[in-house]
Amino acid sequence: MSFVPEDGILGLVVQIGWLAFIVVSVFYGQRLQMWTMLREVGSSLTRFKAMKDWGRKTAITVVKEVGKKKDDPTVMIEEFLEHRVYPPVDLDPAGIVWKLEHVLDVRDDRFKDDVKLMAPEADETQIFNLEMMLGCAAALNIIYKIIRHYYLLGKKTMSLYSIMQVQMILPMLLIEAKAYASALKAISQGQPIGDGVGALVAAKLMHGYEQREIAKDTIVAKVPIEDRTAYVIKARGPGANVGKPGEAIKRVLEETEGKISTIIMVDASQKLEGEKRGDVYGGVGVIIGGIGVEKFKADESVLKHKVPVNAVYVREDMGDAISAMRKEIIDSVDPAIEKVKRLILERTNAKDSIMIVGVGNSVGIGQ
Amino acid sequence: MNETDTPKKRSFPFSLAIIIIIIIFSITAFYQAMNAYLSPSPSPAEGNYFILLGIVGLAMSAYMLLRTRRVAPQISLETQRVSTTILCEKCGFKKIQPFEVGDYIIKEVEPCPKCDEKMMITSIYREENEKEKR
Ligand SMILES: [Zn+2]
Repeated sequence: MSFVPEDGILGLVVQIGWLAFIVVSVFYGQRLQMWTMLREVGSSLTRFKAMKDWGRKTAITVVKEVGKKKDDPTVMIEEFLEHRVYPPVDLDPAGIVWKLEHVLDVRDDRFKDDVKLMAPEADETQIFNLEMMLGCAAALNIIYKIIRHYYLLGKKTMSLYSIMQVQMILPMLLIEAKAYASALKAISQGQPIGDGVGALVAAKLMHGYEQREIAKDTIVAKVPIEDRTAYVIKARGPGANVGKPGEAIKRVLEETEGKISTIIMVDASQKLEGEKRGDVYGGVGVIIGGIGVEKFKADESVLKHKVPVNAVYVREDMGDAISAMRKEIIDSVDPAIEKVKRLILERTNAKDSIMIVGVGNSVGIGQ
Repeated sequence: MNETDTPKKRSFPFSLAIIIIIIIFSITAFYQAMNAYLSPSPSPAEGNYFILLGIVGLAMSAYMLLRTRRVAPQISLETQRVSTTILCEKCGFKKIQPFEVGDYIIKEVEPCPKCDEKMMITSIYREENEKEKR
């Protein structure tokens, strides 16, 4: 048996061609793989770009609709999407929380002022919502730019590992970008989001009682519950706003001189894949998400006054947390209230003072 | 938006060229196989060999084509169905209607058609379309 046919030159050409192909793939295999990866990243990039453009367009449309500004706000919005926040240096971390809080406060004030200029006719709730909506559009913008950065860098350096890195995190970033896109949609219309489940628990408890502002954009009400007095805290709604729960806890503890027998915090908590969304469970410790400033303050003051902290959490994933509230999650509000009441009965005595903190974003949730 | 904003697809024609070359080789391989079988002195072993080459080549090019096919920038931003539940706390009258901008939970709305008491929005939620359920 001969692999080279005696009669045909064509057969020889085919075989040489195959050999050449095998040699090429041995020596340039990695390069070919890189091209495939680059192409994959490139095609994802167009998806991210479409999402970013959609976010920008939606933001501009909504701002125009709500704000009724005479001249075009587009340039201002584009500038907003490119803003950056520079956190304080952490070489000497003592006291960094206060510096960070200051930077975030300044950012918040700046954003609100910017939004007022973009949308002069917007009321307070709408300003809160527009601010968070623009935040989502900015997040979509930065995700796109980061992927583009690694894509172009990978192309420039032809380094397999830099391309591999971005290719590996693409699926996660896509989930994140989708979550931001649906958050943008929900918040632009003022719909409650999954993260608000804690705030909703507090809202239902405090509805109908006298409320006052205890910290910036955060309210407290004294509510009689199960023969105890509860200080119920939540962020002021129905604008998109998380308030300052840590500051509020600190101030209530100061006002009552630490005479609080327990603090119960209710919040949404990241569910693991495979866990059921909307399940309500408990734990201990301060449950406040975000960058950590509020959690730090709460940690400090509960330690100072030696107050035990119980947590009640509702399971949901990141997509649920920032998109319009799902049925399963709103259905978990009553079980969460039941759980809070059970904790009160089990952990405290009649006539005690307690604190119930509904943590989360109050968009679409009044009080 | 300048030129650098969009990714250039320069690698696309290159891979297309490779695919075309492989397809041509595969077709030639099939032709060779046919020749081997039908020649006056047939050699089936050689024919089988060329058929194998041809199939491998076609499979490879099909795989590469599938990989290259541009993913359409489809994003699922279809409108979600969000409903508002309005409840009369006095008589229990309940109404579910599509969400309207301005609705929020614990907002007092129009009086109850049955007992004229003020009604309240008690929940706003999104209903999953079947596709998204897992
Ligand atoms: Zn009624």
